[in-house]
Amino acid sequence: MLAFILRRIGQAILVLLTVALISFSLFRFVGDPTQQMTSQDTTLEERLQIRKNLGLDDPVVVQFARFIGNAARFDFGVSYQNRQPVAKLIGDRFPATMELAFASAMFALLVGIPMGVYAGLKPNSWLARLFQTVSLVGISLPTFLIGILLIFIFSVSFGLLPSFGRQGVINLGFWSTGFLTWEGIRSLILPSITLGLFQMTLIMRLVRSEMMEVLRTDYVKFAKARGLTPRAVNYRHALKNTLIPVITITGLQLGSIIAFAIITETVFQWPGMGLMFLQAVQTVDIPIMSAYLLLVATLFVLINLIVDLLYALVDPRIRLSGKAA
Amino acid sequence: MSHLAATPPPRLKLTLKDRVAIWRDSDLWLSFKASPVAILSTAVTLLIVIAAIFADVLAPQNAFDPVALNLLDGFAHPMERGMGSSMLFVMGSDEQGRDIFSALFYGTRLSLLVGVASVIFSMVLGIGLGLIAGYRGGKIEMLIMRVADIQLSFPAILIALLIFGVARGLIPPQQYETTAVFVIIIAIGLSNWAQHARTVRASTLVERNKEYVQAARLMGISGFGIMARHVLPNVMGPVLVIATINLALAIIEEATLSFLGVGLPITQPSLGTLIRSGQKYLLSGEWWILLFPAMILVILALAINLLGDWLRDALNPKLR
Repeated sequence: MLAFILRRIGQAILVLLTVALISFSLFRFVGDPTQQMTSQDTTLEERLQIRKNLGLDDPVVVQFARFIGNAARFDFGVSYQNRQPVAKLIGDRFPATMELAFASAMFALLVGIPMGVYAGLKPNSWLARLFQTVSLVGISLPTFLIGILLIFIFSVSFGLLPSFGRQGVINLGFWSTGFLTWEGIRSLILPSITLGLFQMTLIMRLVRSEMMEVLRTDYVKFAKARGLTPRAVNYRHALKNTLIPVITITGLQLGSIIAFAIITETVFQWPGMGLMFLQAVQTVDIPIMSAYLLLVATLFVLINLIVDLLYALVDPRIRLSGKAA
Repeated sequence: MSHLAATPPPRLKLTLKDRVAIWRDSDLWLSFKASPVAILSTAVTLLIVIAAIFADVLAPQNAFDPVALNLLDGFAHPMERGMGSSMLFVMGSDEQGRDIFSALFYGTRLSLLVGVASVIFSMVLGIGLGLIAGYRGGKIEMLIMRVADIQLSFPAILIALLIFGVARGLIPPQQYETTAVFVIIIAIGLSNWAQHARTVRASTLVERNKEYVQAARLMGISGFGIMARHVLPNVMGPVLVIATINLALAIIEEATLSFLGVGLPITQPSLGTLIRSGQKYLLSGEWWILLFPAMILVILALAINLLGDWLRDALNPKLR
């Protein structure tokens, strides 16, 4: 088990170093780090002095080491556009994206699992077939169209929910939350459905096929033969065993929720990190792009690592193969 | 894959008639005939492709030539005649009097072009690297597959956005419009190669140790020759399935990028760009500017997806 954990952590560090290298090359070679400090009247001597002070004349390896050292202290330089420290800009927008991601993951789980269980228990009922069809449409519809469709139905046609922005935000100092006011929750509903719909169909299909598989196994048949109530068989024996892959997939999907938030945040003008990243891509604001890349990669790698380790705890087969290797 | 195995060596000189006969006898054709979904989605895809190819002839209006537009025709409702040119707007018009129906032909053409080109790009790259990884093995295999693993753990759209941002930093702004199509094709292509590489490597590992490859090696054929002429035809089945499904994904990816405003410029509108410009008018009630491009996009993606699903089942020996 220890060997398995160490190997996984080693892999994670390797991935992070690779991403850091890409992010460093972006910062160093695509953008010009002196751009933010010079103007048209800066003389050549002054430019050379600035380059020297920034350490841009040092060997690339030394610069890379310094980049990682700075990143570890959340120092990503200054944004070209806003002239503010990148770390502060990201810090301001981090809570908005995290709350959106959390709400859509909750939506996906709380709606997807019951739908999947029902469709798995009664695969031939008309409601289960309807779920299957809806999920096919959900997979084929691009995220941005789902968002527009929801805005059209709930904001334009019926005027029930706000169509853009994050309202009713309460600032707690280190974190700004929209969960505490009715306004804040209302403005969260449409974006989180948009973002979570794809994951919801994914979870529904997964739970359905896992349920159908588990219901065919011998221990479920035996549980039925022992005369247990359908409720005990379905939920105590079958559902429990389907949840292991669901936990894994949900964990791994959390990463892609954060990435797809770029699209949802643009449709709803949600002031999160994704919208900021997109604006950075449009204006070629390299420090923000490189910091966002590093941050998202770290989140991805951490989530993957935690899911893998949890999985090893839950499923002894993985533990054993880790020992053998 | 038996239809591939059944193809005799090219030296035999087959006539077209023979080829048709072999095709009509194949399992793939039999499975196609038996599947209404496959026939319908092929028909829909073909119809859209033909409409896109002959856009210049079929479209009632040359939608992106400013001379052809009449501002008095602006915001005509669907099935209404324009106030300026008295032309019939089947799907309405936008603020400049552009016929949405005609714009769809051109937009679909660009969407399909970008989709197909980027899939070909990622196929060539992925198949090449996958063959090398599977056939050569060793350190180069480790390197290629590690890079693929890392890339696959990030969503394609994020990678495409990043490549786009880098390209924008490197290309001077005045050349931006002329290079936009190529940048998008490369960005989407580069974000999707890893799946191809993984599949091809897995099948190459199996094929590598078969007798025909050993025989070819004994005959003194070069490593490249064996990979291209002998291994490649035998690993194409699964690649075709992935390429079909990737085509649908690439078209949606392009639409998403264009919708986000980091794709094709407004002078070269794809379906995504049309949807982006239609979104502005949705709130003021001009729904048709957005609805029709969105519908075509969804229908196209759905048809190609269903085709890919069918192909996967038809080529899967386990399901026969």
